[in-house]
Amino acid sequence: MNRDPQIDSNGKLVHLLSIEGIPRDILISILDTARSFVSVTEREIKKVPLLRGKSVFNLFFEPSTRTRTTFEIAAKRLSADVINLNVGSSSQSKGETLLDTVANLSAMHADMFVVRHSQSGAANLIASNVAPNIHVINAGDGSHAHPTQALLDIFTIRHYKKEFAGLRVAIVGDILHSRVARSQIHALTTLGVSEVRVIAPATLLPSHLSQLGVQVFRNMTEGLRDVDVVIMLRLQNERMNGDLLPSAQEYFKNYGLTPEKLAVADPDAIVMHPGPMNRGVEIDSSVADGRQSVILPQVTFGIAVRMAVMSILAGQSQ
Amino acid sequence: MNIHIKGGRLLDPANGLDVAKDVYVCGADVASIGEAPAGFNADRTIDASGLIVCPGLVDLAARLREPGQEYRATLDSETVAAVAGGITSLACPPDTEPPLDEPGLVEMLKYRARSRNLVQVYPVGALTQAFEGRKLTEMSELGEAGCVAFSQGDAPLPDARVLLRAMQYAATIGYPVWLRPQDPNLAAGGVAHDGEVATRLGLPTIPAVAETAAVSTILLLVRETGARVHLCRLSSADAIDMVRQAKSIGLDVSCDVSVNHVHLCDLDIAYFDSNCHLIPPLRGQRDRDAIRAGLLDGTIDAICSDHTPLDDDDKQLPFAEAEPGATGLELLLPLALKWVNETGVSLVDALACLTTAPARLLGLSVGRLDAGARADMCIFDPAMRWRVDSSQLRSQGYNTPFTGHELEGKVLYTIVGGQIVYE
Repeated sequence: MNRDPQIDSNGKLVHLLSIEGIPRDILISILDTARSFVSVTEREIKKVPLLRGKSVFNLFFEPSTRTRTTFEIAAKRLSADVINLNVGSSSQSKGETLLDTVANLSAMHADMFVVRHSQSGAANLIASNVAPNIHVINAGDGSHAHPTQALLDIFTIRHYKKEFAGLRVAIVGDILHSRVARSQIHALTTLGVSEVRVIAPATLLPSHLSQLGVQVFRNMTEGLRDVDVVIMLRLQNERMNGDLLPSAQEYFKNYGLTPEKLAVADPDAIVMHPGPMNRGVEIDSSVADGRQSVILPQVTFGIAVRMAVMSILAGQSQ
Repeated sequence: MNIHIKGGRLLDPANGLDVAKDVYVCGADVASIGEAPAGFNADRTIDASGLIVCPGLVDLAARLREPGQEYRATLDSETVAAVAGGITSLACPPDTEPPLDEPGLVEMLKYRARSRNLVQVYPVGALTQAFEGRKLTEMSELGEAGCVAFSQGDAPLPDARVLLRAMQYAATIGYPVWLRPQDPNLAAGGVAHDGEVATRLGLPTIPAVAETAAVSTILLLVRETGARVHLCRLSSADAIDMVRQAKSIGLDVSCDVSVNHVHLCDLDIAYFDSNCHLIPPLRGQRDRDAIRAGLLDGTIDAICSDHTPLDDDDKQLPFAEAEPGATGLELLLPLALKWVNETGVSLVDALACLTTAPARLLGLSVGRLDAGARADMCIFDPAMRWRVDSSQLRSQGYNTPFTGHELEGKVLYTIVGGQIVYE
């Protein structure tokens, strides 16, 4: 396991496990492919036959409606057969190991696994143990990575801002537990964004973040000054009052995105959120629904980006 | 049996010797070095030319998995693995199932180990009943049954009050306390060093301060109680510094490291290699360098295998869910030799960390090779190369971060009490 399992010896992407380690040209080609799928999703007949006859298994060891649904829609628009498995409620609770579950599903001739798991590294483990013709997409593993979310985020940024160079991007919230933030940081630094900032209290920051090429801010107003993109992260309920934070109210006071705080950013700054939002905890409704919010377009682009990833992995891009 | 070990390079760290001399074994003891004793008739002559002859290794931490975890390994498999690794004495931690907190368990373990007639097994008793950190164990009784020290294994340390009393009590009856320093609250839920790797991989962390906070408390309690304390498996540069200072002011403490931590750091986790999920966690490069420096200047007394046999089901899991630990009995010597080759530390000094020093910590007279010493010996080819894989290892657990690595140094003979127990 000393080689990045998502890239084969010819430099081809065979799984999507993490943004880290994916070269810039592959990221750009995913974005370009996704752009071509946006028009597909806007057509009367929203289907292309690129994955006809392929079986995509949505393997969700952790409950998620939204991400699973977007993968399902993406696979169906590529004409794949989609099988949804909420493993958390079936075999795992009967004591079957992760790799046994995967081996059983592989025997049903799966072509692609979309995996969501509560443990960091679960998708890597699966990718390292499947037959070479099976592709694995990480739909979120522990606090490690959520690469398709980061891809749709950079797709959205590119859509509104055109170029990555020169941009200032701030990511605000629970970085410590966020697989989304880690993937976004790798995507933004790989694409050459000028400044990636993270804004959070020390209790929600991993210790060695600056080594990932980001600037760390504790104060939100300082961190948001002149940024072009604001990405808000969801704060999980269980982290709102305890030894990480005293209360949701105090968090909102210091780190919630309000029109006043947003006013220090560039006037054309866009506001993003991976969803689902906690209104009044990390974001004020007037911002979430306001002029600068691109939160709903993110969701739309998410389908096209996931179509792009699936078709590229299957070697069937347009 | 009389054994003539002929033409070898004799290394005796206890006497600082590195000479080409023959060794003559009579019965259970070394009869003489260099010249054959009067009237010596060899029943067996071992041609040791090109080989190194040294005292048998003494391992301060090797889990044999009995009682209670025979599905992972057994005394049969692990005592064979020990002598195949040149180990002639070992201390086994009390983290069996149930833990070694009752004299009957210790007597049974001693009896069963003795009946194998291979490696000498010295159990470490549990410091508190069922490792719960509340009630002391019957240390006198356990000592009479064969325990050489008392420890919490890798179970959480008791709170400071219970720890104080456990140390007072152990000091009263004259036993050392072996503690792996880790604050259980600061370490809670963690699986990896709090560094760049854990930040990237999104793994919950065990910060170095979990170790230093515990070392600090323990050192203060040593001053308070006068107990003899041995710190097990240090992993951080700061903790090693604290021990260095404690020793410099004359505090009676000792410490060891696992041989894995002499070589590896958190970068070796790479893409979630669960074989690198160890206790304590692999730390940064700076910490690994500090471990090597601590071994050189004598701050760290001994290197152990921290042998933890596990099966594939324990390891083929997402990193945090995988059982921590690695097999080590058969890798201890070659990995120490790797350290010798990489750093230029002398072979005599390196072997002292595997023989004389751990023997002294166990209160044993072994770990030396001169006339009259017990004939516990290891004869190895320092240049023989081999690749680490499951087929090469006798331990029932073969998971190690070094799988696939090519190592130098292979044990050819192991002698315990004058008997050739492995060749």
